Amino acid sequence: MSDIVLVSPPDARKEPARPASPSWFIAKVNPVARIIGALLLCIPMFVSLDVVSASVALGLEVALLWIGGVDPIRVCRSTWPVWIAAVGGFISVLLYGRTSGEILWQGGWIVVSEGSVYLACATFLRVLAIAVPGVVLALGLDPTDLADGLVQILHLSPRFVYGGLAGMRMFTLLQDDWRALGLSRRSRGLGDGNAIQRAFSQAFGLLVLSIRRATKLATAMEARGFGGAGPRSAARVSRLHPIDAVFCAICFVIPFIALGVAVATGNWHFSFQGA
Amino acid sequence: MRITPARVEAKDWGWRHATRKDFALRGLDFDIRPGEHVLLLGASGAGKSTLMAGLAGVLGGSDEGEQEGSLTIDGVEAGIARGKAGLVLQDPDSQIILERVGDDAAFGCENLAVPRDETWRRVRESLDLVGLKDIDLDRSTRHLSGGQRQRLALAGVLAMQPGLLLLDEPTANLDPEGVREVHDAVRDVLARTGQTMVVVEHHIDVWMDLIDRVIVIGHPDPDSHVGGVIADGKPDEVFGEYGDLLARGGAWVPGRAIPDRAPARVRADRREPALVTEDLGFGRGFPLGEHIDLEFFSGEVTALMGPNGAGKSTLALTLAGLLKPLAGHVRVRADIAEGARGGEPDKWKSRELLGRIGMVFQEPEHQFAAALVRDEVAIGPKSMGADEARAYAIADEMLERMNLSRFAKANPYTLSGGEKRRLSVASMLAGAPRILVMDEPTFGQDFTTWTEMVDLIAKVRDRGSAVVIVTHDEALVKALDARRIMFGFAGE
Repeated sequence: MSDIVLVSPPDARKEPARPASPSWFIAKVNPVARIIGALLLCIPMFVSLDVVSASVALGLEVALLWIGGVDPIRVCRSTWPVWIAAVGGFISVLLYGRTSGEILWQGGWIVVSEGSVYLACATFLRVLAIAVPGVVLALGLDPTDLADGLVQILHLSPRFVYGGLAGMRMFTLLQDDWRALGLSRRSRGLGDGNAIQRAFSQAFGLLVLSIRRATKLATAMEARGFGGAGPRSAARVSRLHPIDAVFCAICFVIPFIALGVAVATGNWHFSFQGA
Repeated sequence: MRITPARVEAKDWGWRHATRKDFALRGLDFDIRPGEHVLLLGASGAGKSTLMAGLAGVLGGSDEGEQEGSLTIDGVEAGIARGKAGLVLQDPDSQIILERVGDDAAFGCENLAVPRDETWRRVRESLDLVGLKDIDLDRSTRHLSGGQRQRLALAGVLAMQPGLLLLDEPTANLDPEGVREVHDAVRDVLARTGQTMVVVEHHIDVWMDLIDRVIVIGHPDPDSHVGGVIADGKPDEVFGEYGDLLARGGAWVPGRAIPDRAPARVRADRREPALVTEDLGFGRGFPLGEHIDLEFFSGEVTALMGPNGAGKSTLALTLAGLLKPLAGHVRVRADIAEGARGGEPDKWKSRELLGRIGMVFQEPEHQFAAALVRDEVAIGPKSMGADEARAYAIADEMLERMNLSRFAKANPYTLSGGEKRRLSVASMLAGAPRILVMDEPTFGQDFTTWTEMVDLIAKVRDRGSAVVIVTHDEALVKALDARRIMFGFAGE
């Protein structure tokens, strides 16, 4: 029987500082360039649905990430939801995709043909080629740095950007609120029965709490002079450097090469037209 | 740091919120000299926060309300005197704006368009002044303690170099350690800058050594809801003359005795504990504490005490059957568990907790589940199988006892802080739990609500329930003569 409860010291609970990206190269790139690069990299990949361009792009991406300090195992580990989505896409296209070529297997609505196997593989690779670099580029992206970039480089309204940024911090608090709301309902005998109904009543409580928190935050920000009509200075500099141009160039070249190889080898398959 | 202390003048000043018929404050006249340190007192709802918001220039424009007379800082209308007043608020959670310590402290300077080099010079100086010099500018604000967060908010305000420092109950949500940290930081700041200061606080003791003037806001005309200044003078004079009035209004007037609610008769029934922990490991995910054996008795109040962030609330939730133990067991006495499946509350259904173990949360708002106050209290009895008439009879009785009857048809969220707290307790007590767990029942309460809460806990105890309270409140523990369980960090 003790009347003293010893708990683990708070220092033991701290998490280490997070780098801006798992890759030393990407970590040096401005967050705005990271977003632009991701768009340059991903959007062209939507236009063709073939195995070759997706494989080339994915291969180049994985190789470049490796050079950039992220080995393929790490890439797989941090992108596992993408793989689940890709496998999901593979299976549905395999079973229900457009039938063409020799029919390999048939049962009920399901027809597996040579054409659907090819399309399934193409879909699988394409999902990976688009989503894997997207996820890896977003890893470790610091919201404050991104906000600075949006305001200083893209000249978005600081009121809008920093207001949103501060609001985003509230999400952690709202998670705690949601958990407490759930526990309190259990304590009050309301925790059994229909989970959907319970979630609705809890969601209302969360809404009220979030409005109160937002009001308080807005007052605190206004009290520090935020939202006034006067000019604003920037404590942190967000500027584009040559490395950002290099990064965007790489992001532009990868799909260019991939699609070029597909055209050259006769595998080009425009996504938005019939077979 | 060179700051010119500001002069504050109110001339027949008044403010009416756009949604209200009556003025919140009217006819205010005072002149605060540069460098004066003023304690602003008043019962809750008297308009202290309205005045502070007015001084900080955050009341809003004419669409938010109507202004009368003038309120000026160094001769400039407070509403447009950006950067002349710096406000620190009560809630440490909603004052941190950015993720990194340095960025957060720099936020105010950016908004005032202070040049970059100057901003960072001020940030470093301010952090130094509030005692956060050793904290990395890149450190995440998430891992700061409550006291550190409030000091960071103070540093962010100082970096703006305002001539007037406004503190609106900056220590109400902190543990004793945090209160001391913030007090000392403010003391050092004032000694260095000589700024004018206005502080709002129920716990007068905290700021007593720093103030040289007290202004009391109240209702000069008892029949009207319009607030005004009812006393203004040196601390000794004001406390001497208006002590009773202030205590009734909820202030902790220095030198006044706290009530004694120690158990009158026999001590607790110590034969068999109502609740025990056996080799308990508790935490959310990873263990905060392990191998813990504790006993809690019927008719006794047990206080869980210790530093912020030690895991007291997590243990309380585990005791209340709301979190699963990571190891070991929490068990209740057979006569309490009778009718439920097994003696371990974490394995019970939600409904089986009713009447057996009740938990009052730190935030009353986390607990509200009905749209009307009366329904809120009736939830427990209804779920326990009482018919409509019986449930509302219990609810009405509880509301009567808590002095909440006139709010029966109101929405719980519209009540004041103290009323919400009483309601959250009333709704838990309506289920007549044999074990009552309360998380910080007196946090941020004024003297009136505090006294009510002490009476209530004493009543629940004397009725024969086991009461467990998580608290930092030394006065509460003394008033109830509670048994203490202290938390400490291993290795310290």
